[in-house]
Order: sequence, then structure tokens, then C-alpha cells
Amino acid sequence: MPERIKACLIDAAGLERTLARLAAEIIERNRGAARIALVGIRTRGAPLAYRLARLIGIIEGTGDLPVGILDITLYRDDFLISNRTPMVRATDIPFDIQDQAVVLVDDVLFTGRTARAAIDAILDYGRPDRIQLAVLIDRGGREMPIQGDFVGKKVVTSPGEEVRVHLTEVDDIDEVVIVETEHA
Amino acid sequence: MPDSAPRDSRELRHMLGLDGLAPAIMTEILDTAGTFLEVLDRPIPKVPSLRGVTVANLFFENSTRTRLSFELAEKRLSADTVSFSAAGSSVSKGETLLDTVRNIEAMKVDAVVIRHGASGVPHFLSQRIDAAVINAGDGTHEHPTQGLLDIFTLRKECGRIEGLKVLILGDIAHSRVARSNIFGLTALGAEVKVCGPATLIPRNVESLGVEVASDLDEGLKWCDAVNVLRLQLERMNQGLIPSLRDYQRQFGLTREHLERADREIVVLHPGPMNRGVEIDSDVADGPFSVILEQVTHGVAVRMAVLFMILGHEREEGRG
Repeated sequence: MPERIKACLIDAAGLERTLARLAAEIIERNRGAARIALVGIRTRGAPLAYRLARLIGIIEGTGDLPVGILDITLYRDDFLISNRTPMVRATDIPFDIQDQAVVLVDDVLFTGRTARAAIDAILDYGRPDRIQLAVLIDRGGREMPIQGDFVGKKVVTSPGEEVRVHLTEVDDIDEVVIVETEHA
Repeated sequence: MPDSAPRDSRELRHMLGLDGLAPAIMTEILDTAGTFLEVLDRPIPKVPSLRGVTVANLFFENSTRTRLSFELAEKRLSADTVSFSAAGSSVSKGETLLDTVRNIEAMKVDAVVIRHGASGVPHFLSQRIDAAVINAGDGTHEHPTQGLLDIFTLRKECGRIEGLKVLILGDIAHSRVARSNIFGLTALGAEVKVCGPATLIPRNVESLGVEVASDLDEGLKWCDAVNVLRLQLERMNQGLIPSLRDYQRQFGLTREHLERADREIVVLHPGPMNRGVEIDSDVADGPFSVILEQVTHGVAVRMAVLFMILGHEREEGRG
């Protein structure tokens, strides 16, 4: 059974407003943007990180903040469970994270395993002053004691429902939808 | 092409050779190796991807580079490793190869990296044990990870493989490195010529999709890259070459050769080198040499091979 869009949670304009609020919260929590670096978790965390970096730069007048891209495939803790071939993509963190406030950016926070893997990966690059987590959607269902520091929207889903974040950089459209999967 | 050849990387259970390996799988290995090259440059060059996986390195022949490279690759992926050398082992007490490997497998290893002097041993084992088998060089048959790292180096240096002109120089007949290079390069669209003494060029070498260069200067004028093979000194005792001096004069790569070719030619060598025989120090340490880069790339490529055989991806979007 193909996926069916059940509801649109955030449209393009809503996404812009949500990201603007997240940018403001990140600035407020860190008392400015002096030592903030954003690291987007592949795939959709990366464009979100670039957008947040631009927004924070505009608000603070600092220009774009440093942005890195993190592929956490190699840090997953459930590697050997399924039978699919791993797809490893490049990680690119073109700045020194030592003593920086690193804001990890992802589209959806669910079990917490991705964020846990991302923290492990970041620590292999050095010792940041702090690590924070910014997510567009928190859909609950945590399997790890991990929470978002900056959350765009909390969503409760039923079994058989999934949240899909679509971004123009990847999907040619900005929206967040709930879909009914074939397991519904 | 072998019937059981994997069609895509999901079916990749062993790495026995590049003969018949799908170009898409080779390309995926090369792409993945690029990621691992970045891992090797990190402050902590280690990822937990193969934690809980055990790899046995079984070397029935001498090796420094390949063995260290595999061990490093395994450790960089957080695998547990055990290493075995034939010298001083139960093999010298008369135990068969299969018994040795079965005993090692009974210790619950997930993969066996094997180098052996007899061609076909990795293939033989892959049909008889459950562990993944990775060929680290078998007789005169293949050395697939060396072939892949050579191709990876060429792709990085030249930006492409398709249409690249590669000259393989030296003892083609006895070289597993040459065979893996030929299989891999031709499958990915490179043009390959071989050059060496007539006694060291296999008859019907054209059936592998390569041409024979009439002499070294002609080959160098044609190629974008030259892969210089180590001359196995025992070939002289077998009467296959008149003398080292004669070999060096006709087929040793010198700075003068490169100057006469008058073009930028990438120089590779799988190591270990006989300086002053198949390659002069001027060339080995010169501006066109990527020999040490090959060694670095070897770790990344072997990480990619191990990871693609032993690693599995979970579903995306589990947050």
C-alpha cells in the first residue's frame, strides 16, 4: 500500500517562522552567536543547519556561522540488525570544534539513537564547550535519555504514522507532513 | 564471470577477486573509501562501525604492507582482530589448511583475511566456511584490495577511470597485482597496456582486454599512468630474464624515460620496491610518484571492503 499523506503539519511559510524562532532561541540560550557552530546531521539536518546559520547571522549581524555536515552511519548502534548494505556519505566539519558551542541540527527526533550517534561522532573531532540539539520535529518515542534543546514542533503520532520533513534543497518543496505507512 | 558473482553490494559476502565483480560494486567501494580517507584524518581516526565483529588475519606468506594495512583498517573500524602466521603454527605440524581455518572459525570469527601462496585458496575456503573471506593475495591469481587501492589512487589523481590510459610494467605473467588491476581497470572503462620482457608476458594476454606495448618508451608516450610491478628476483634463477642489469636497462623506469615521454605520468608501485631495478629512486621519490599515497589509500580501501561486507545499514528515519 503506498504512503498516504494524512495531514500537513507545517507549510512553507510555517517552516520559515519556525526556523526564525529556533534561530532566536539558539542566540538567546548562548547569549549571542560568538562561538556557535552548527552541525547538520545528514540528510535533512544539513540544509536546516545552513538555513539556521544564515538566520542567526542576519539577526546578530555576524554573517553566516560555521556549518558542518555529519554522516552518522558509522556510529549507529544497530548496524548489524538489518540486512541492507550501508551507505556511507561524507562528513565535512571544516572548522575546529574545540571550545565551540556545537548545535547539532536534525529534522526529526524520535528514538534518540541518531542524536546519540551524532554526539559520539562529534566527540571524535575534539572537545566542544557544549553540545546542543536543535530539531524541527520531536515525535516522541524515545529509546534514549535524550531531549532536544530547541524544538520546532512536538507531534504525537499513532502506530502506522510517520512524520516526513520535505525541504526544497532535497525534495523541491518545504513542508512537514504526517503519512500513513503500509504498516498502518 | 562466475555464476555466483554478486550483482550489487547487498550480495557482497566475500572479496575473492575483481574478475567479474560488478563495476557498480567497485565504484561503491571506491566512493565509500573516500569517506574513510576522511575518517583517517580525524583527531581520533576510529569509528565504532564493526564493534563486536571479529576478523582473523591468516598470512601463509610473508607480508608487511598488506598485513599492517588490513590490521589497521580493522582496528580503525573497532573490530576485534586475531592474527596468524604460518611460521611457527600448527601448519608446520602437518595440519591441513582447511582444518586450520575451521579451527579458527570455531573460535567464532566473522571474517577471514587470507594470503596464501596457492592460487584459489580464498575461493576454496569461501565454499567451505561460514565466515566472510577476503583475499589478501593468492598465488599468481589476484590481489583485489591492491587492485582497488591502485584504482582509487588513480581516480583521485586523475579525476576519472573511464578512458584513462594505464601502462602496467614488469612481470605480468606472475603478478596477482597486474591481474587485479587489469580486471578492475578494464571493467571501469580504462584502457590498459602491458609492457615487460616477452618471457614475463602471458600468451593470449589480449584476451584480458589489454594490449602489449612494444617497448617502454612507446608505452610511456601513450599512457596517463604507469603501474610498476616489483620484479620477483627468483625469476632470474628460473632463467626468465638474462640478468637484473639487463632487465633494469630495458624495463627499469628512470627519470630519463619520463623526460623522453615529455608528459605528466602518474607513477604507481604496489611495493616493496627494488630500487635501481624496476624503478629508480629519482622516480620513486619524484614529483609524479604516488607510491606513499597508495599506502595511505590502502587502509581506506580495506576499511571500505570490510565495512561493505560486514556492516549493515538500519532503516533511515528512525531518528
